[in-house]
Amino acid sequence: MDFQLSESQRALQEMARKFAREVIRPKAAHHDETSEFPRDIIASAWENGLLNMNIPESCGGLGLAHLDQLLAYEELAWGCSGMATSITANDLANLPIVVGATEEQKKRLLTPFTEKFKLAAFCLTEPEAGSDVANMSTTAVRDGDHYVLNGSKCFITNGGHADQYTVFATVDKARKHKGITCFVVEGRPKGLTPGKHENKMGQRASDTVTLTFEDVRVPVANRIGEEGEGFRIAMETLDNSRPITAIMSVGIARAALEYSLEYSSQRRTFGKPIREHQAIQFMLADMAMNTHAARLLCHESAWLLDQGQKNTLLSSYAKCFAADMAMKVATDAVQVYGGYGYIKEYPVEKLMRDAKLIQIYEGTSQVQRLVIAKELFK
Amino acid sequence: MKILVTAKRVEDPESKIKVKPDGSDIVKEGLKYKINPFDEIGVEEALRLVAKHGGEVVVVSIGGKEVQEQLRHALAMGATRAVWVNHTGTLDQMGVAALLQKVADKEKPDLVVLGKQSIDDDQNQVGQYLAEYLGWGQATFASKVESLESEQEKSKSPALHVSADGKSVRVVREVDNGLATIECTLPAVVTTDLRLNLPRYASLPGIMKAKSKPIEELTPQKLGVDVTPKVQVLKMASPPARKAGIKVPDVATLVDKLRNEAKAL
Repeated sequence: MDFQLSESQRALQEMARKFAREVIRPKAAHHDETSEFPRDIIASAWENGLLNMNIPESCGGLGLAHLDQLLAYEELAWGCSGMATSITANDLANLPIVVGATEEQKKRLLTPFTEKFKLAAFCLTEPEAGSDVANMSTTAVRDGDHYVLNGSKCFITNGGHADQYTVFATVDKARKHKGITCFVVEGRPKGLTPGKHENKMGQRASDTVTLTFEDVRVPVANRIGEEGEGFRIAMETLDNSRPITAIMSVGIARAALEYSLEYSSQRRTFGKPIREHQAIQFMLADMAMNTHAARLLCHESAWLLDQGQKNTLLSSYAKCFAADMAMKVATDAVQVYGGYGYIKEYPVEKLMRDAKLIQIYEGTSQVQRLVIAKELFK
Repeated sequence: MKILVTAKRVEDPESKIKVKPDGSDIVKEGLKYKINPFDEIGVEEALRLVAKHGGEVVVVSIGGKEVQEQLRHALAMGATRAVWVNHTGTLDQMGVAALLQKVADKEKPDLVVLGKQSIDDDQNQVGQYLAEYLGWGQATFASKVESLESEQEKSKSPALHVSADGKSVRVVREVDNGLATIECTLPAVVTTDLRLNLPRYASLPGIMKAKSKPIEELTPQKLGVDVTPKVQVLKMASPPARKAGIKVPDVATLVDKLRNEAKAL
């Protein structure tokens, strides 16, 4: 056991922290208020190597270990989880290629992301199939050396701005999850139409849209894995990405804790700073303790991946615990701020709205518990 | 051209500094460290000059093994290679300058760029001593006004401008009542002021590449320098705590108190 970060891990963490503090944070409230897509900030993250951290070295990327990625993402989410979600959306969309594609496909589809600033979108969820992935109804019909995609996807992060889409569709709905297949759609071909930007409660800096596919033609060369392997690729992708989603909660919770520590030492009631009241101390102690526990779960689930071990159970522990924890910590931060916490001029109500999404996307807290129970019964 | 830059390891300006109860030093436990912000500006300026004129940036730091972290930071920003003077004892400003002189003798740079001062000791002396020891010209507080920060203006009139024949450098310096421009024959010593530039991030690819860049280890013995300090710190103490202030209800009371209690008017 060694909990010490290496020198380069500390440098990476420090760099991401500086970027979050100097570039992301100052613009977080603006993009939350306007819901404008922070394209410049994300492009600047790309210039500094903070995008596409999972692209392998063989494709010109950094091929960072999962644990290293987590160190950076905690910092970015501390700055603004909405922007961090836009940034990690590339990783999520490119993961199916990393885990399931041939070497030729990896080079062709991933290398361009290291050469210029490009965004990608992961398209799995549908209006009638979120947690119930096997109920997917977007179809892919083979036509010579192409597949023709039809259907619609919803809640797609980066959907309106992406230059490449990783799409899951079924080649035969009767085969349930055994019919699901993964495709990569390059550019914005005819028939692929993003709907309006969703007006979300939180993480408003991230772009979330519905996408419709109308006779979108994808070359067979862009099919990742075999027909019917899509479900496995999607699940493996989510095992890989769950620690990253989970660590976003830790970033939010740490921000909430820091704001609460600061405010509670300035705000006075009954003749003393409120942090001298035991009830507030207990809240602060719980916030700190749970944030740290969640961070350790995230780190362990990423470490397992780096050891080449399966992390399904640990990554569900991490995602579920961290998301629920962040919601509680952010709510408590609003409580510590009292009336001011409920007002938008103060930074904590945003954290409460942002945290809520992590209990929902990339597997709800309920689905995580189902996964955990299933693993326990094995 | 070859530029030698410094990267002193200093306490993170955001950390809270406390003095030990016995007054021997500050409390070091739990402190974070980083490259001296003025040195970081020096690294940035050196990288920009080398991007324009070609050559290499060599970064030097003096201290225990831990200063390698600051050297790696400069390497991650883009410096070519590093020199580490391994020395763990106390040093005064003359000792630092004497070590840097030997490193400069060895490296033979066209320019040495240092921060104007380090934020821990606040001496603002090493650059000047070094120029004296080397017998070179010096340009301290290299700066420029913010209106010159646009890319266009900067290329028209950079704060540090190396002449076409590579024999001299023109430096815009920040002085008490404005800016002063001087010209120094190369090699020369330049110290940086805050307004000189905005240092770049050590990008993630930069951090990864820095892992394999060379760090040469030297010691005061190897350099043949006696660094026994001539200056000795006797005691450190916290600044006296300020008395709590008061809030005044209106301007009249404020003026009255300034005039009659503080005798400031």
